[in-house]
Amino acid sequence: MKFTLFHLMPYADLDLEEAAKYPTAWVHTPNRLYDPQKGARLYNRYLDELELGEQLGFDGVAVNEHHQTAYGIMPSPIVTASALARRTRTAKIAILGSAIPLRNHPLTLAEEHAMIDNITEGRLITGFVRGIGAEYHAWGTNPAFSHERFHEAHDLIIAAWTRPGPFRWSRKHYHFEYVNLWPRPYQQPHPPIWIPSQGSTETIEWAADPSRRYTYLQTFSPLKSVRKYLEQYRETAARKGWTASDDKLGWAIPVYVADTDEQARREAKVHFENFRNRFLKMPIEMLLPPGYSSIESMRGIAKAKAQITGDITLEIAVEMGMFFCGSVATVREQIGAAWQDMRVGHMLPMLQFGTLPAELTEANIRRFAGEVIPYLRRLTASTTASTSAPASTPTTASSTTASRPAA
Amino acid sequence: MSFTSRQVSIAGSMLHYRIAGPETAPTLLFLHGAGGADSALGVLAGFTDRWQVIVPDHPGFGASADPEWLDTIHDAAYAYLDFLEALDLRQVHLVGSSLGGWLAMEIAIRDASRLARLTLIAAAGIRPGDIPTGDLFMWSPEERVRHTIADPQLAEKILAMPQTPEQAEIALRNHFTTAKLAWEPRFFDPHLDKWLHRLRLPVQVIWGEQDRLFPLELGRKLAALMPAARFDVIPGCGHVPTVENPALLSALLREFQGSAP
Repeated sequence: MKFTLFHLMPYADLDLEEAAKYPTAWVHTPNRLYDPQKGARLYNRYLDELELGEQLGFDGVAVNEHHQTAYGIMPSPIVTASALARRTRTAKIAILGSAIPLRNHPLTLAEEHAMIDNITEGRLITGFVRGIGAEYHAWGTNPAFSHERFHEAHDLIIAAWTRPGPFRWSRKHYHFEYVNLWPRPYQQPHPPIWIPSQGSTETIEWAADPSRRYTYLQTFSPLKSVRKYLEQYRETAARKGWTASDDKLGWAIPVYVADTDEQARREAKVHFENFRNRFLKMPIEMLLPPGYSSIESMRGIAKAKAQITGDITLEIAVEMGMFFCGSVATVREQIGAAWQDMRVGHMLPMLQFGTLPAELTEANIRRFAGEVIPYLRRLTASTTASTSAPASTPTTASSTTASRPAA
Repeated sequence: MSFTSRQVSIAGSMLHYRIAGPETAPTLLFLHGAGGADSALGVLAGFTDRWQVIVPDHPGFGASADPEWLDTIHDAAYAYLDFLEALDLRQVHLVGSSLGGWLAMEIAIRDASRLARLTLIAAAGIRPGDIPTGDLFMWSPEERVRHTIADPQLAEKILAMPQTPEQAEIALRNHFTTAKLAWEPRFFDPHLDKWLHRLRLPVQVIWGEQDRLFPLELGRKLAALMPAARFDVIPGCGHVPTVENPALLSALLREFQGSAP
């Protein structure tokens, strides 16, 4: 198992009372609530936290992209990844991901990712996403063409990285007379590609195609969904004729570790609930603009609505396995059990969430790195050595329950 | 007189339309707005004594197929030029409401040879600039009713009407295709105003005084781009005169039809 420290970089200093006058922290909340003095301190604090992650032994650090929101002040993960490129030495830098359909000129992303890959001498992990629905309101991009543009932008970027240039690109959405990338990526044929998703059959079918074999990353979902989609990825790969190794599967989840379960819940509660119920929450029209999802999936709208527009308490999130929160022993056991059950090769703990302040975040990072990671490295090394991964027979995964640490 | 359902193949895709009225009568072709044609059928039925009224579902809307070739409002406009030829319609009174009004202008600047008159009701299509408009895509289905119908009691009545699963499905399709055509730029074509001078036929612009999606000011701006156009305001009315004041809308249409070309 490998560990990547994931950060959303929320605007944690948001005036929550003032922000409560708006139904969501996305698109509508006026940017007068952003104080550049506070924002500058937050950027530097968050970058320090990621750099600390490398020093404490994380395999990688991860950034992502959201627009016009207090949920995350990284409209360009290129900027944060670039800032990390020269301040880190060994950690992978994962951009999870760049919202490629939002760009009218996706070649800029091919260039920027290639630059970071060169500067870091091959430490870049590239991620491609469509961006969540709100991005299409913020950015103006037509959601009806989101899927088309995602696929065409992806194909263009891969071609730019792998095909000898110059060549012409002309499909439906993008037209370039000369595609001839300087620089070419450092890693050949291109950086590893991860696909973050909230769970979608379309995405899994695409990512698990034998021509791609991209690492599938389930983000902030109930444990039940994580298991379902990770298994679906293995099954899909098997159906397509290849065996997905553990490192093709990843899971991003907020985690908080303290001395005791009680202390962890007490310290994390307000900050987690701010993350979930203040920063993430948005109306369904913003989350799922017309065309962003297929008409077929929009029929299940009630389900999505309940998940995102209602409030969730810390207790419920813990119960649903959307948040690991507890003592070192508890968190070890929870992630260990997930490993035994799902053989997920990449854990991406989000150790700052919502309004979690600097001190608690640093303590959380230190506990996770110092006490959780070493335990899990030993556990996963020993189980990998002694048992075969349930790669091609995912249905046996649940039968390993017996070998879980005692619950 | 009740409408008959028909379909015709346009560029390889099935287009559904409703038709009523004497075959020999002049044609009134109605182009519906984002919500579909249903809400306009009542007012249009009143014209079937003297007009052959044709009410198509736009490509990707209602009972029409969703063609591969539909990407922009211009594709829809060319499809209607095909439609006019396929049915061999001449001397048409083209009436478009909202999205349909925009479409009517896109058709007419390309080829008005089969058109006699043009009525634009609360039409989208031109750049609003500094005029604040509503955001149909940010509104919930309920807000869409409340913000497009000025009379709160009528809005309540509409919201209380049950929706069949079929109607819900069509509403979802209509909303998807509206996004495809009108998301960005939001309900306008930045190049349309350059070519409005090509509308040399009689034009009538009708606007609800209390329109909160496209405010009256936008109507005045559109009318000002076509100095020869008549501009009729429906007092107290929101964005959908076919629903909110069918009587006055009908009277205004008849007045325009009776005026010298």
